[in-house]
Amino acid sequence: MQQSPIVEIENVSFGYEAARPVLREVTLAIPRGAVVGIMGQSGCGKTTLLRIIMAAYQPSAGSARVLGEATSRLDREGLYRMRRKMGMLFQFGALFTDMSVYDNVAFPLHEHTTLPEELMHDLVMLKLQAVGLRGAAHLMPAELSGGMARRVALARSIALDPQLILYDEPFTGLDPISFGVIVRLIRELNDSLGATSIIVTHDVQEALGVVDYVYFMAAGRVIAQGTPEDIRASGEPFVRQFVNGMREGPVPFHYPAPEYGADLELTGS
Amino acid sequence: MQFAQWREHARGRLERLGSGVTSQVWRIGFASRFLAYLVMHSGTALRRFRLTIAEIYFAGVLSLIIILVSGLFVGMVLALQGYETLQRFGASESLGVLVALSLVRELGPVVAGLLFASRAGSAITAEIGLMKATEQISAMEMMAVDPIARVVAPRFWGGVLSMPLLAALFSAMGIFGGYLVGVQLIGVDAGAFWSQMQAAVDLRNDIMNGVIKSVVFGVAVTWISVFEGYDAVPTAEGVSRATTRTVVTSSLAILALDFVLTALMFTGGKQ
Repeated sequence: MQQSPIVEIENVSFGYEAARPVLREVTLAIPRGAVVGIMGQSGCGKTTLLRIIMAAYQPSAGSARVLGEATSRLDREGLYRMRRKMGMLFQFGALFTDMSVYDNVAFPLHEHTTLPEELMHDLVMLKLQAVGLRGAAHLMPAELSGGMARRVALARSIALDPQLILYDEPFTGLDPISFGVIVRLIRELNDSLGATSIIVTHDVQEALGVVDYVYFMAAGRVIAQGTPEDIRASGEPFVRQFVNGMREGPVPFHYPAPEYGADLELTGS
Repeated sequence: MQFAQWREHARGRLERLGSGVTSQVWRIGFASRFLAYLVMHSGTALRRFRLTIAEIYFAGVLSLIIILVSGLFVGMVLALQGYETLQRFGASESLGVLVALSLVRELGPVVAGLLFASRAGSAITAEIGLMKATEQISAMEMMAVDPIARVVAPRFWGGVLSMPLLAALFSAMGIFGGYLVGVQLIGVDAGAFWSQMQAAVDLRNDIMNGVIKSVVFGVAVTWISVFEGYDAVPTAEGVSRATTRTVVTSSLAILALDFVLTALMFTGGKQ
């Protein structure tokens, strides 16, 4: 029997202000065990969609089911119960700056378990070993490079062995080596933990190499979906412009503005 | 036409004034609900008391230098100024009473409160605001950890517990400063200085009233500090504005509350 999707978004609309919808009737399903990318240009609504999945926001229309539960029906206890089964990697790591690398990774364990200190130590070291930073356990976040901080945050997000891992722009600002490390880790951790991963990113070329399936968003709607091969071969003008980084296409280079001449106060012919 | 323009202009100003007042009332309401939620979710801060102890160190122990040095100088100035006036009436031996009552009833809680708001309150706001700006608060929420219980409540109780202790130390240091100047420098009789102080300073009417003031100031300053940090716009400018608001609002709150409390405690000379 086929398992139900781990995330089901049905006809979800949402706007921070009623007059300006950010998401418009978005429907998608994330199958268990997959690494799924949600891609699109900045401001297309993908981070808002991630926040709907995290249940940080409630849809103004439609429904969101995450880990088998309708997020709109969850009270605070239910929400926290659900989030204990999720891990989230923030864009710049969001490490606690007053705690060492070890304490950052141990934080969720301290907060949600009553494990003996020795066992907790072993678990933290296990997670740090998985991201290659066991030797950096004693360092403070200020002493880490951007790539290392992202890896520590990744270790922290998998500390409780989550079923669902969310990545918000995980590749932003990384050098090529750190980028390669993060890409490999996302895949390896997903497969070894038997988890499901959702990557929200605008780094399309990089992300296409790691995901199993892609939802492509523009102006708050899903405009294309498929495997990375489908996306690369897509005839959709917006997807082509975005995947190939073309200057001209459905997304104009210029932000809407009055006549250039009027701005420069040029008169006559 | 001109009247119509004036009317539109006046309406616009009235609307802006109304919207400004309404938003401030909303903000006070939000801050009150925030305090109620914070108190109700203080279990973690009290159960895991080491979290609160860390904040007592941060807000209290690290404020010691400024509190002690300021207390010393305020006491020394009080002794100099007080002696000038008292000796005109031949009452210079009451210098100890003047220094002690001024500090315990008034200057100790008020000046320590103002210093606490500048040193610890601003630091608390900046820390929570920066945690918000760098998504540390959101990360906690995502880890199913309530940031108000885990981050805000320990800071609140750490500040509330530190403030009366700092005010007491300020007063003690001020009295010592008064002794140095009055007795050691000017030559007021040490026996009269201490014995008159002991006889005139009442535990209930003077010391307890000072302690009550410092507790109230502690709650007010720390509440404002944690709220401003938590409500800060998560940008560099937003955190900077929030920190400034903490110092300004806390200082005004201390002075206004001091008047209210002093009026409530006023006995008109009847003990």
